[in-house]
Amino acid sequence: MFKKVFGGILAMLFAGLMSGYVFAAPPIKIGALFSVSGPASFLGEPERNTAKMMVDEINKAGGVKGRQLELIVIDTQGDATKAVQGVNKLIKDDKVVAIMGPSITGDTMAVIPVVEKAGIPLVSCAAGVKITNPVKKWVFKTAQNDALAVPKIFDHMKKQKITKIAIVTVSDGFGSSGREQLVLHAKEFGIQIISDETYGPKDTDMTAQMTKIRGSEAQAIVCWGTNPGPAVVARNVKQLGITLPLYMSHGVSSKKFIDLAGDAAEGIILPSGRVIVANQLPKNDPQKKSLTNYVENYRKHYKVEGDHFGGHAWDAIMLIKEAIERGGDSPAAIRDQLEKTEKFAGIGGTFSFSPSDHAGLTSDAFVLVKIKQKDWTLVQ
Amino acid sequence: MTKEKREIIIFSIFTLAVLIIPFFLRGSYYLNVLVFIGINTLLAVALNLLLGYAGQISLGHAAFFGLGAYISGVLTTRFGLDPWLVLVIAAAASGSLAFIIGFPILKLKGHYLAMATLGLGIIMYIIFNETVAVTGGPSGLSGIPNMHLGALIFDNDMNNYYLIWIITLIVMLLSINLSQSRIGRALRAIHNSEVAARVMGVNARILKVQIFTVSALISAVAGSLYAHTMTFISPASFGFNFSVELVTMVIIGGLGSIYGSFLGAAILTVLPEFLRVLQDFDIIVYGLLLIIMTMYLPGGLINGLQKIVEFAAGKVGKRGGSGA
Repeated sequence: MFKKVFGGILAMLFAGLMSGYVFAAPPIKIGALFSVSGPASFLGEPERNTAKMMVDEINKAGGVKGRQLELIVIDTQGDATKAVQGVNKLIKDDKVVAIMGPSITGDTMAVIPVVEKAGIPLVSCAAGVKITNPVKKWVFKTAQNDALAVPKIFDHMKKQKITKIAIVTVSDGFGSSGREQLVLHAKEFGIQIISDETYGPKDTDMTAQMTKIRGSEAQAIVCWGTNPGPAVVARNVKQLGITLPLYMSHGVSSKKFIDLAGDAAEGIILPSGRVIVANQLPKNDPQKKSLTNYVENYRKHYKVEGDHFGGHAWDAIMLIKEAIERGGDSPAAIRDQLEKTEKFAGIGGTFSFSPSDHAGLTSDAFVLVKIKQKDWTLVQ
Repeated sequence: MTKEKREIIIFSIFTLAVLIIPFFLRGSYYLNVLVFIGINTLLAVALNLLLGYAGQISLGHAAFFGLGAYISGVLTTRFGLDPWLVLVIAAAASGSLAFIIGFPILKLKGHYLAMATLGLGIIMYIIFNETVAVTGGPSGLSGIPNMHLGALIFDNDMNNYYLIWIITLIVMLLSINLSQSRIGRALRAIHNSEVAARVMGVNARILKVQIFTVSALISAVAGSLYAHTMTFISPASFGFNFSVELVTMVIIGGLGSIYGSFLGAAILTVLPEFLRVLQDFDIIVYGLLLIIMTMYLPGGLINGLQKIVEFAAGKVGKRGGSGA
């Protein structure tokens, strides 16, 4: 009995495999390096989910130029060593034609020498400015530069006549890059940073920093970090009875932040990709179609809200797909076509790459949102 | 056959195998994995000298590894020094640090020593992370040059393999020699009973500091090689997790066995690669395998292998009926 069932299953498997291989051209292999586990899993997990979902979708719709896509995901755990091992495997073992990710700037910087040498296009999902500045031949990215988020905040402050601010940044890659940009752009907007505090990624109480800020002449607070730190800052601000306007970064633009901060989230203003306010966008917004499609699809598949981190992967896979459609499926052809991408309305913004710009976004990739009644509202 | 002769034969076979393997793996990604196994073997051997022979735990060895990597990275990118010169500087600096802090912290024993070395690891990690102006901070330091030897640049897996493995083989040979010298016997004596060792005239205090220094020095060499191979470093590679991984390599491989360190390093580097097929379950299976190995092979893989070979040989012997 057992033998029969087992044999049957084997035969079916075999038949399934054969039909896949015999009747279709070999799949186009695309690699992905995401930090699915480890401290940056909040980025890697939605990115992996999105990439899988989109590849399934593309394949169901008939693939790219009649060929199926095959996605190979490797977990970097947010560690540069694992990222380099992973990218070597993807290039030499799996022989992929393009790679998405990694999720964080450190991993991306680590794999850049490898992809540059091998000549494989990389579409990074990390935000660091130095990934595409200076421009590297084979490297593109989909995450918005921090350099674009800061002017959005300062612009709003200027309208509110705020000139003296306090900043609180987290001591990791995201926070230190944000701090750099805040200091850099403050002068342009005539804003003075009178208090410059930092906190550790694992700190659970920022009362000390907030007390210091309370005693200063700051007219507003800017906090730059990713969950859960900023939620603690928000709660501490509330507990200390500080009534200054609180600004956050795009690092917290996911529903999780509102859950973590609770009532303290009320009134916080932050720059964000359009994805969290997709349904509030005017109909003529060029991204509206992509955004609503992504949000609904993600909810259907994973029962949670899609966030803009997953959006980076959406942009990466769709950019690669369109590049293959326009050109060939060789790494060099994909690279050339990626560079010619124009007005691609994705999740993170509207991308236009050129030989001198591999980041492809302008400051309109961000909108300002305010948290009202535990939900996002678009600040006009 | 004398013990000495046997050691020479084993080492020769091992060396030959290491030197031949790349010819079967030309252009394959496994060559890249072997490069990392080489670096991890250096680290595991370094830690084994301290943990396996002298019996002194260190939960902060990633600190010396990171120090070597960062000294190399910073001095070559910011001051344009030669990678080989920098390797020597990194080893000397890391060794000096270990020598200085070795005196106070190696007075501690057991859990307290573990805590002190753990603290050291965390302090160094914070330094790598927070001195943004020097180390580039959490987003890392890139553009580190490759090693070179005249016109030969170590910028591909094949070249790096020979660079790293030749250094690793030299370190292994020296460590085997050390372990069978008077010093090695003294270290094992300290491991078994420090009081008894002292009574027998072993200067335990100095000896522990010395082996700690040697261990840190080798780790820094590994760090330097790592930096020049990767051409990019970031603090995340030198955190507490990696210190624990190193201890795991030594224990899984076999305490007090140099070849065991190689086995441990190889298993812990290769296992995650093979388990990738299991996708999301890889981490669970990985953990399970480690638990099983420590439960059923308490002396490490190297002893386990020996036992299996002896067991098999015994069975064959009995069946043959000839007896010994």
